[in-house]
Amino acid sequence: MADISKEQVKHVAHLARLAVTDEEVEKLTEELGAIIQYAEQLNELDTENVEPTTHVLDLKNVMRKDESKEWITQEEALKNAPDKKDGQFRVPSILE
Amino acid sequence: MALFDHTIKELEEKLHNNEITVEDLVAESYKRIEEVDDQIHAFLTLNEADAKAKAKALDNAKDHGASLFGMPAGIKDNIMTKGLRTTCASQFLDNFEDPLYDATVMQKLNNEKIVTVGKLNMDEFAMGSSNENSSYTGARNPWNTDHVPGGSSGGSAAAVAAGEVLFSLGSDTGGSIRQPAAFCGVVGMKPTYGRVSRFGLVAFASSLDQIGPITRTVEDNARVLEVIAGHDKMDATSANVDVPKYTQSLTNDVKGLKIAVPKEYLAEGVNPEVKEAVMNALKVYESLGATWEEVSLPHSKYAVATYYLLSSSEASANLARFDGVRYGVRSENADNMIDMFKMSRSEGFGKEVKRRIMLGTFALSSGYYDAYYKKAQKVRTLIKNDFDKIFEDYDVVIGPTTPTPAFKVGEKINDPLTMYANDILTIPVNLAGVPGISVPCGFSENGLPIGLQIIGKHFDESTVYRTAHAFEQATDYHTKRPQIGGAK
Repeated sequence: MADISKEQVKHVAHLARLAVTDEEVEKLTEELGAIIQYAEQLNELDTENVEPTTHVLDLKNVMRKDESKEWITQEEALKNAPDKKDGQFRVPSILE
Repeated sequence: MALFDHTIKELEEKLHNNEITVEDLVAESYKRIEEVDDQIHAFLTLNEADAKAKAKALDNAKDHGASLFGMPAGIKDNIMTKGLRTTCASQFLDNFEDPLYDATVMQKLNNEKIVTVGKLNMDEFAMGSSNENSSYTGARNPWNTDHVPGGSSGGSAAAVAAGEVLFSLGSDTGGSIRQPAAFCGVVGMKPTYGRVSRFGLVAFASSLDQIGPITRTVEDNARVLEVIAGHDKMDATSANVDVPKYTQSLTNDVKGLKIAVPKEYLAEGVNPEVKEAVMNALKVYESLGATWEEVSLPHSKYAVATYYLLSSSEASANLARFDGVRYGVRSENADNMIDMFKMSRSEGFGKEVKRRIMLGTFALSSGYYDAYYKKAQKVRTLIKNDFDKIFEDYDVVIGPTTPTPAFKVGEKINDPLTMYANDILTIPVNLAGVPGISVPCGFSENGLPIGLQIIGKHFDESTVYRTAHAFEQATDYHTKRPQIGGAK
């Protein structure tokens, strides 16, 4: 389980929406392998009856009313956009 | 004596007595930046015109009643500042000139009339321990510019140490306030998880991130935290717990204080000079009437692996928002949407950020989730339980902040695991969600600062501050200044 293959690295890069060159795949396979190997030490611990911690404080969900509020305008939302058209974000084609 | 050698309280008095003006304070910041910042690179963006205009307006205002009135501050560049460029030291956000809102901490600081001098350098998206992961020129240590200032809030610590600002804000996910504070000889506090709102902090690892102040004195630190702490309806993880007047806890009285010293924090791998400085600090506490005993936090050695799995997993999800659609730098080299995502991210993110996104995506991916992510969450419980148990019998935990003083630029950057190991003494504190501070406690033979870490119970920042303050008042390490650009 400790090793990670080049194929896996390519798959993970796709999931993470990262473009990687062959050279980067080579390097990442080595580096991630080393980090994952290091993380294997956690298996020395028996955690079968241990609850996972998702949140360190004993906070309960707090509900509020679902009311609309003024936040930012459409114009403001588009202010930092790399590309926009007719009051909307513009992106390259989604379908081939 | 330079202006920033005074505490906030002293400067407040000087302003009140018309000995100085806010314009003097702000001018001092930019003068010092002009003198030293080309050597330490603490700032990414300056806010000079606005800051000077604000100083003038504050001087002319009738009402001078605000708790940080006219105090010049630097803000880590992952905290949103309305209309002031916020880059997270990433090329992806190089063009993010016009953030739409202020983080809650900025609203609170502005309500108390601070002056924002500029935005501070950091490791890209707060991932790193040396500032070498900044996509701009990395910040350097004012005590010796061949050495790193620490990270990720390296610019925040360096700017305070060099006297460019009176205080700064940093963020701490695995040590990113305390470690640079230790390396630069200043005071850095990571509050309890949930103590300070993170609304407007660009998220790295949401179950660990906290914002905190970096200052030259414990008193100033307590004063800034008083302002920024508290519940915020815009951050569901901020806790609805009253904020005490931390400055009132600085009683200089630690008689009967029970200190736990984990043997794992002084084990092999901790530099002898650091160990000696911590042992000397314990002697100071003894002389002040506190007692200490050696204890064990047996799961400490698993903290680094646990942290890298959890923080990278959370980062991989948080950084999914950087897709080149709504803001940031979009790649010019793609002709369909998926390639646009991929190429914008690959061109915009640096090596370490990509490495962690990859690790996190792997740890969360189908078939590996239980073995890595869930396993790490379970070990996190064991680490938290270690602290809970110690805090049944002791008031604070004390040890070094870092295993060594600041290392040299280039020394660890090519080996991620060696770099990660540097955070072994700060990471457990984030995993347990407890507060921790670093205060100066000595110098190495070659003149680099050493930090003492004081860790407290959940929401007991008051005891942490009281403990830190008593040590500070009994020693003079916090009065030493780096000689960069002439002593300031």
